[in-house]
Amino acid sequence: MSETQTLPITLTVNANKVQRFVEPRTLLVHFLREELGLTGTHIGCDTSHCGACTVEIDGQSIKSCTTFAVQANGAAINTVESLAHADGTLHALQEGFRQMHGLQCGFCTPGMLMRAKVLLTENPDPSEAEIRYGISGNLCRCTGYQNIVKAIQFAAAQLNGRTFQEAAE
Amino acid sequence: MIPGPFTYHRPASVEEAIGLMTSLGEESRPLAGGQSLIPMMKLRMAAPEHLIDLAGVAGLKRIDAGPDEIRIGAAVTQAQLIGSALLSERLPILSETALQIADPQVRTLGTIGGNLANGDPGNDMPAVMQCLGAIYVLAGPAGERQVAARDYYLGPYFTALEQGELLVAVRIPAPAAGHGHAYEKLKRKIGDYATAAAAVVLTATDGRIATASIALTNVAPTPIVAEEAARLVIGTSLDAATVKAASAAAKAIADPAADGRGTADYRREMAGVMVARALVKAFGRVKGA
Ligand SMILES: Cc1cc2nc3c(=O)[nH]c(=O)nc-3n(C[C@H](O)[C@H](O)[C@H](O)COP(=O)(O)OP(=O)(O)OC[C@H]3O[C@@H](n4cnc5c(N)ncnc54)[C@H](O)[C@@H]3O)c2cc1C
Ligand code: FES
Ligand code: FES
Repeated sequence: MSETQTLPITLTVNANKVQRFVEPRTLLVHFLREELGLTGTHIGCDTSHCGACTVEIDGQSIKSCTTFAVQANGAAINTVESLAHADGTLHALQEGFRQMHGLQCGFCTPGMLMRAKVLLTENPDPSEAEIRYGISGNLCRCTGYQNIVKAIQFAAAQLNGRTFQEAAE
Repeated sequence: MIPGPFTYHRPASVEEAIGLMTSLGEESRPLAGGQSLIPMMKLRMAAPEHLIDLAGVAGLKRIDAGPDEIRIGAAVTQAQLIGSALLSERLPILSETALQIADPQVRTLGTIGGNLANGDPGNDMPAVMQCLGAIYVLAGPAGERQVAARDYYLGPYFTALEQGELLVAVRIPAPAAGHGHAYEKLKRKIGDYATAAAAVVLTATDGRIATASIALTNVAPTPIVAEEAARLVIGTSLDAATVKAASAAAKAIADPAADGRGTADYRREMAGVMVARALVKAFGRVKGA
């Protein structure tokens, strides 16, 4: 190849319009972390398995380590940085993870939160089994998942105007 | 891990895509969802110099259903297959299979065309298409040609697709209303390829199997049709001895390699178990027989 191609891309990231030139081989996760400084999105396995890099694209979940930035041209992306409300109060999911001890080391948490956000828009009142299946593309090495499931149940209850009665394990 | 450098092309039509692949030659490759290709490029097991992104190509995202045939465009995603009310009603084996592929994130981008064209014996949709008697529509510089799913797979990552050709759609003969179906897949965890898997589609009248088709995933260098196993169940009411005989016939044609999922013997045995389970489930689902 003679010289490296760079391409203009325009996308909306966390409600802000972003325009940049990228090399085609730039992965979306590197674009978010290194070009935009949004380091909330983590790189865990880098082999498409762990889901730590999960972001929302046009209302669906993808693994940003397995997507080229050029594929996201024109799309609306949301990362974990978009979750908390403008006044700094936490999103129901973040509150759920806090109250239910849904994290230990926290490495998987941004991916879990962003996957759970889309899960709750697809299925606002999921059963425990539906939650477990819904987050099956996200691995956690610490919690054993029990409190992550409870955190998502907590958020679903809160978003549906109910109070979640159970305690964290 | 960062893939090797490549030049990115985003054609707007099938003709433009084929034109690019023809002029750029061997070093160009289509990019669909990227869920098989990007991991391979990150590992540098693939290093194409040109990627032809199909995302902007018009007409590849359609699902067209006629009375006798359902045609699915190559760029329809696995998530769309699961979400389609039409497919859930007329071809429920597709969503049943798609739900056993990878995980929700991968299925957002992964396409049916990429899954079928790829040629990885671990892909789940090819055996389902063989079971259904589907036909792939391949478009190339000389126009379109049709290749049966049963003739398409020649070896691991080796298919009937010629350089410069695109898989544009798959044509599936509509199974009879009330047919029974099942895709049974043994895997170690979500996101794993099959240790062994079996697809079954059958019809029955008066409690006896009238037609049957069986195909296997990941127990040979390509997906394979279990013809003898299917022949053995036709005309029966699927008693235990018949299930056992069909399972044995499927095992006899399985030729799996030993890998992290188990020894060759174990995986062959599991091919038989998957066939038995899929037969029983499919027969139990037949309506109005
Ligand atoms: C963690 C993980 C787990 C997975 N588990 C499974 C599983 O259990 N079962 C399974 O079946 N798959 C699995 N996959 C693969 C996944 O289903 C892929 O999405 C699919 O195999 C390829 O579809 P794609 O659209 O992503 O194709 P791509 O990755 O874009 O392309 C794959 C190959 O097909 C070629 N190609 C793509 N489209 C066309 C076309 N229209 N015409 C000609 N050539 C084309 C490309 O050039 C490339 O060589 C998994 C993937 C991941 C990351
Ligand atoms: S870092 Fe993307 S799936 Fe693990
Ligand atoms: S909290 Fe440590 S990986 Fe999930």
